[in-house]
Amino acid sequence: MTDRPPVLLEAQDVTRVYRLGREVEVPALRGVSFLVDRGEHVAIVGSSGSGKSTLLNLLGALDRPTSGHVRYHGRDVREMSDAELAALRNGSIGFVFQSFQLLPRLTALDNVVVPLVYRPGTARERRERAREALAQVGLADRVDHRPGELSGGQQRRVAIARALVTGPALVLADEPTGNLDSRTGQEVMDLLESLHAEQGTALVVITHERDIAARAARRILLRDGLIVDEVAA
Amino acid sequence: MSLRESLRVAMQALRANRLRSALTTLGVLIGVMAVVLLVAIGQGARSEITGAIEGLGSNLLFVLPGDGEFGAGPTRSSFEVDDIERIDRALPGGPGRAAGYVIGAESVQADGIRFNATVFGVTEHYLDVVDRTIARGQALGASDVLTGRRVAVIGATTAETLYPGQDPIGRRLSVGAIRYRVVGVLDRVGTTAFGPDVDRQVIIPISAAQRLFGSARVDAIFVRATSTVGIDADRAAAEAALAERLDESEFSVLSQDEIIGVVGDILQILTWVLAAIAGISLLVGGVGVSNIMLVSVSERTREIGLRKALGARTRDITRQFLFEAVVLTGLGGAVGLALGIALAEVVAAFAPVPAEITWWSIALALGVSVLVGLLFGVLPARRAGQLDPVTALRHE
Repeated sequence: MTDRPPVLLEAQDVTRVYRLGREVEVPALRGVSFLVDRGEHVAIVGSSGSGKSTLLNLLGALDRPTSGHVRYHGRDVREMSDAELAALRNGSIGFVFQSFQLLPRLTALDNVVVPLVYRPGTARERRERAREALAQVGLADRVDHRPGELSGGQQRRVAIARALVTGPALVLADEPTGNLDSRTGQEVMDLLESLHAEQGTALVVITHERDIAARAARRILLRDGLIVDEVAA
Repeated sequence: MSLRESLRVAMQALRANRLRSALTTLGVLIGVMAVVLLVAIGQGARSEITGAIEGLGSNLLFVLPGDGEFGAGPTRSSFEVDDIERIDRALPGGPGRAAGYVIGAESVQADGIRFNATVFGVTEHYLDVVDRTIARGQALGASDVLTGRRVAVIGATTAETLYPGQDPIGRRLSVGAIRYRVVGVLDRVGTTAFGPDVDRQVIIPISAAQRLFGSARVDAIFVRATSTVGIDADRAAAEAALAERLDESEFSVLSQDEIIGVVGDILQILTWVLAAIAGISLLVGGVGVSNIMLVSVSERTREIGLRKALGARTRDITRQFLFEAVVLTGLGGAVGLALGIALAEVVAAFAPVPAEITWWSIALALGVSVLVGLLFGVLPARRAGQLDPVTALRHE
């Protein structure tokens, strides 16, 4: 035992097996171990079917592993209650989903407010924070637009603002440049990285694009549910 | 998540689907409106009828055929005219206070004008006993009743209809094939919605009416006690007098309070039955809410997954959907209540049926509509809360 505080995120021998029907078992992850410490920038790289999405769900505390451990701040996700998991997702993790996952009937501002309603505070404070987060991603003049009135890049930035508005310790970005042209993709990555640098937020980017992965300090290569390589830049 | 925030999020979702929310609310709205309106009418009827009975005076005794158990089916009257005499003579406070009548609806004619009147065949003291007064002319006398003379005292509405703008005294009217001479006109009582309209009366001697109806029956006997104190002695005397000739099961003597009690109970049950029938439509409205909430949950599966990923607990999601259901039904309840009250007022103003809003029907309508929301919202809300975030997020 040391006095060193537990690492932010620890995956240890994580497996995840999906059961299809009675007899068929599909192992999506077959024993994955790695650490992500505070303020790190890590890319998880793999093609489709490599287990990326499964890993994302486990790292995001949306799912529990079949065996092995996912620990946040040293606490095992498997031992947490539903309410504790919700609090962990709300307090420590910021999601940037591949398909944005914005609510179409809400304005950009109200979309960014959503994670804040699950923690204490007044409506005015929430709107103020959401406004600041939108300003940080350069959308101060779009707060009252609905997602349908925004471009793909702008929608992605709203999603990033929503992930950052809670001040998370870790941002999980799933294919953040997917469906974007390369210039807009670069802008989104620049934005994520500058926020990561400014706020000391750990950033885990899940991608299949090598040049996006190359921007991370550390790359974890995933294939067929196993880590095949881990490269530090 | 605070209650206020849950409510705000629920309202946001309902506003996004205005038409659907409005239509879902409509089911509950109609149910609550029906409950409030029908209960108002039932209560109105009850107070109208008990009021009419009270209007007869508190020292009146009702001698009715049968054993006094309402709801046992119609009872054949075994009373005869002699029974009225027997009771009258037996009263401790002196005679002249018992009267009997036989009643029938007949078409009455005068100068070519036809009128559907309530024909009362009465004994000598009837008008005194039921406390009616003569406006013009005179009442029926003892010899009129004794000899079955063809004379009539008529109600105010009867007089106006048959002899518009004329003096009815001395004029003729026919009931069936028999002609009567009008000797008196009664003071107007005013309309009552229930029971015979006494202003449409044609009052004739009981012997004449029995001949007209082809029956020797007497429908009921009234006894006017000299005071509310003497009422028990009069009751005992009337019962004893009738027991000489009739079996105990063939008659009953009831005070006004007892009649009001029995009639009031019957009408209260009627009110509850009306409320229950309206309640069924409220139930149907509730099923509609449940249905729409289930559709809404399945449509918003991804939203639920997203909210969970962003930190919503199972409880937060369940509460949000429960609030949506309760807001829908509560709103329907409030508007339905307002419409129900307004309609009851309209009914009271235009129909002969009065309507009376009671606090308990308001409380019931609002309480039940919120309860319906909770009850029918729980299933969809629980389903929403228990969705797995990973599956929900992938849902198309």
